[in-house]
Amino acid sequence: MKVSVVKNILEANDRIAQENRAIFDEKGLLVFNLMSSPGAGKTSLLEKTIDALKDDLNIGVIEGDIQSSQDAERIAEKGIPAVQINTGGACHLDGNMIRDTFKEFDFDALDLLVVENVGNLVCPAEFKVGEDFKAMILSVTEGEDKPAKYPLMFRESKVLLINKIDLLPYVDCSVDRIREEALRINPEMVIFEVSCKTGGGLEAWYDWLREEVKQSSAARKH
Amino acid sequence: MHEMSIAQSLLDIIREEMQKNNARILRSVSLDIGQLSAIVPESLSFCFEVMTSGTELEGAQLIMNMVPLRGVCRDCGREFEIRDYAFECPHCSGPHIDTVSGQGLSIVEMEVD
Repeated sequence: MKVSVVKNILEANDRIAQENRAIFDEKGLLVFNLMSSPGAGKTSLLEKTIDALKDDLNIGVIEGDIQSSQDAERIAEKGIPAVQINTGGACHLDGNMIRDTFKEFDFDALDLLVVENVGNLVCPAEFKVGEDFKAMILSVTEGEDKPAKYPLMFRESKVLLINKIDLLPYVDCSVDRIREEALRINPEMVIFEVSCKTGGGLEAWYDWLREEVKQSSAARKH
Repeated sequence: MHEMSIAQSLLDIIREEMQKNNARILRSVSLDIGQLSAIVPESLSFCFEVMTSGTELEGAQLIMNMVPLRGVCRDCGREFEIRDYAFECPHCSGPHIDTVSGQGLSIVEMEVD
């Protein structure tokens, strides 16, 4: 007997992500899901961003790693509520793991929640966690061919931060080429060229993020 | 390697549907896998085999159809196949493209007894 089903396989996760999103919306919280390869600079970007914005915004962080709590400790040192998720082998965070952290936060006291995903350029792009948008980092040491090799991540991300631009003199990588390739896959992508080491280019990212938080809280009040 | 999570979700849906249809044996299950989805079919097939082995679902065939990426242009309204992941309208060069197919991952049919 043939049975027609037609069901999204990720439906169960999508449903939980939607429920998470409804809670974030109700609390007036902007949430973004930060993704990249291991070592591209997710935690460094967060440290810089927190230093720059913590006087204006109340920020919380969920750290996803396969193992260890080093990242959450780095963030907590800044006096920011940070919860570590250890996936114990899984290469991505999902809606359920995010929901399990809710009891650790006081969402009423937050304006912005950042979910730092497991370092991986493939899997996290497939799983929603309830975020308003996805942001990704590509460091120039990874090479300009990455958009073509990992199109889903580039298609799904609203923002691309090209990191480690201070290393450009030493690597064979053209930022123009990364831009061109990324915009081919996602013409509406917002791109920043930054160095978390020197701080170069980060002001534009801070301004953009401030504006996003402002707009989202204004939209929710109406 | 998120194919293990995908296989688990797939098996959850299969078991639920079999129960609904009072089925005992799964002959085959067909999936549509979008070209843009980050799934490696060989890897999904391996996970499916590992996770069904020794269970009531052992031996079921996993049929995977790859679905090409298609988009529709928000500017001129025309639909087209997206080649080389270039999200630009081949007719009017508009950059605002909505994906019509080829991104999702769905179960479409099961053959059961």
